[in-house]
Amino acid sequence: MTGTVHSHVRGNGHRQRRLTEPRWLRWTLIAVAIGFLALFLFLPLVTVFVEALASGFSAYVDAIRQPDALAALRLTLLAAAIAVPANLVFGVCAGWAIAKFDFPGKNLLVTLIDLPFAVSPVISGMVFVLLFGRQGFLGPWMADHDMKIVFAVPGIVLATIFVSFPFVAREIIPVMEAAGSQEEEAARVLGAGGLQTFFRVTLPNIKWGLLYGVILCNARAMGEFGAVSVVSGKIRGLTNTLPLHVEILYNEYMYQAAFAVASLLAFLALITLVVKTVVERRLAPEAAEAAAPAAASIQ
Amino acid sequence: MSIDINRVSKRFGSFVALDDVSFTVKQGELLALLGPSGSGKTTLLRIIAGLEEADTGSVLFDGDDATRRNPRDRGVGFVFQHYALFRHMTVVENVAFGLRVRPRGQRPTDADIRARVKELLALVQLDYLGDRYPSQLSGGQRQRVALARALAVQPKVLLLDEPFGALDAKVRQELRRWLRRLHADIHLTSVFVTHDQEEALELANRVVVMNEGRIEQDGTPDEVLDHPATPFVVNFLGNVNIFHGRVQGGKALLGPIAFEYPEHPHTEARDAAGYARPHELDISRTDEGGGLWATITDVRAAGAVVKIEVRDAEGQVIQIELGREQYETIRTIVGEQIYVKPRRVRVFMQ
Repeated sequence: MTGTVHSHVRGNGHRQRRLTEPRWLRWTLIAVAIGFLALFLFLPLVTVFVEALASGFSAYVDAIRQPDALAALRLTLLAAAIAVPANLVFGVCAGWAIAKFDFPGKNLLVTLIDLPFAVSPVISGMVFVLLFGRQGFLGPWMADHDMKIVFAVPGIVLATIFVSFPFVAREIIPVMEAAGSQEEEAARVLGAGGLQTFFRVTLPNIKWGLLYGVILCNARAMGEFGAVSVVSGKIRGLTNTLPLHVEILYNEYMYQAAFAVASLLAFLALITLVVKTVVERRLAPEAAEAAAPAAASIQ
Repeated sequence: MSIDINRVSKRFGSFVALDDVSFTVKQGELLALLGPSGSGKTTLLRIIAGLEEADTGSVLFDGDDATRRNPRDRGVGFVFQHYALFRHMTVVENVAFGLRVRPRGQRPTDADIRARVKELLALVQLDYLGDRYPSQLSGGQRQRVALARALAVQPKVLLLDEPFGALDAKVRQELRRWLRRLHADIHLTSVFVTHDQEEALELANRVVVMNEGRIEQDGTPDEVLDHPATPFVVNFLGNVNIFHGRVQGGKALLGPIAFEYPEHPHTEARDAAGYARPHELDISRTDEGGGLWATITDVRAAGAVVKIEVRDAEGQVIQIELGREQYETIRTIVGEQIYVKPRRVRVFMQ
């Protein structure tokens, strides 16, 4: 959201100069950008669908209706269904703490939220294996208590939560900081309790930013490969998510089936993009409105 | 409701916002907390509302200790400097908020809430704007919505933080008059914070002048204006000319000006400064004693008051204000030597 607003402003400010740039330069830049997009984004996407339908539509449907493929789809949706709400709650808590309070270690918390972005997903997977695996730190204790995390569904959910947790927090921290805490203070003085203040005042102010974060979080949760790959153990029909299932099919030279399943992921991505665009449209006017009172008070 | 502020102190890190402040707001009073920015006046207001906690000291509401009371249970109405209206709610919903969040047992019915909101919007003369959002209102309208919202919960005390700070001069005048009328009608104990001395003197029954976290003076507008307790108060309540010098043996010698000063009859000399407001100086073409000769450097006829700037022999600038008619009798010109004589000088020993 901030990205769109910024580029918008920058576009206005530099319009004058852009007009003086020669036509050939403009067209070259546009051609390079579009060519790059076509080559690296559009072409692969088309290939996925072409390959998926290469042996006809019925073969496509058969590949998806394989029990292993359906199990992988179920697991992917389950992992996302747990990871996204968990990160929603965590993100709102972290965003609230960071935007509205001052406390020691605040900068450290902000840095830690970005940790999953900074480390390779494979390493995040390894961390869980080292913690919960049979030879791991907590492994023996967990074996005694008959708990299994690594190479089982809980491990996949944990890894998914880990890699997708920055999205919600990072989206709403700037929104909450911009909103300030005056409206919350007003609500308190008017007699509202904590929950009333949150649901009637805070949430309506951050809802679009929050939704945007949830969408990105969901996209990452469903598409994650590296971390999940390490903790999964790739037991067919049990611990395979969609991305892992695609890899297995591909390694077994079942190209058509691999692309068919991959097209499911591509569909999920396209749906995410559409929802994201709609949310962005709603966000832009609201961001402008939020900025307006501030501008008015400066005058 | 009466409010007792009892030896309240508050620090933010190493910054002392309030330093042992005590005063009382009487039932029905309209009190101004006046001071420059950073003087602690807003912090004090927020402590009364419970939005900030005092480090030491106590706040009593009608004699009961309210120091640790939750803001929602204090029965205060608070108008924020930038209004803090709920931007996703209409004007009507904003005003109704305080009634809607009441616990089920105390919550009025929907019809009662609607009637009450309508009544309040009529009171602030905004009944025709009920369906608008805050972003669609002018500054003065937002201010009045904020007031209506604060009054909706029938507070026992109204607190206003720089209520007219963000408005232009004409709207400010209008709202001031309106607020004074409102206070006369409903007699609600009210405290407002301002850095504008004119606003404080015009609106309040009582003025508490603050500086650097301390109270400089607490009195009626007349007392504060005519009998300022400290040099700070003299300085802060408007333009003033300062004459440095000393007092000794019942006389004051402030640069070129000399006069009787029986308050200090001792032979030992003390450094002192005399303060005279621009309108407390007279000019003439003859030496009448007790004044000084100076050169006129500027004459500005601004409306009913003529502002004259003169420079004395040592180069100190002195500002003088004369009524238009008084000026017409003397009609000075720039460059002319003129005799300046203060009618009244307030002396503070250092």
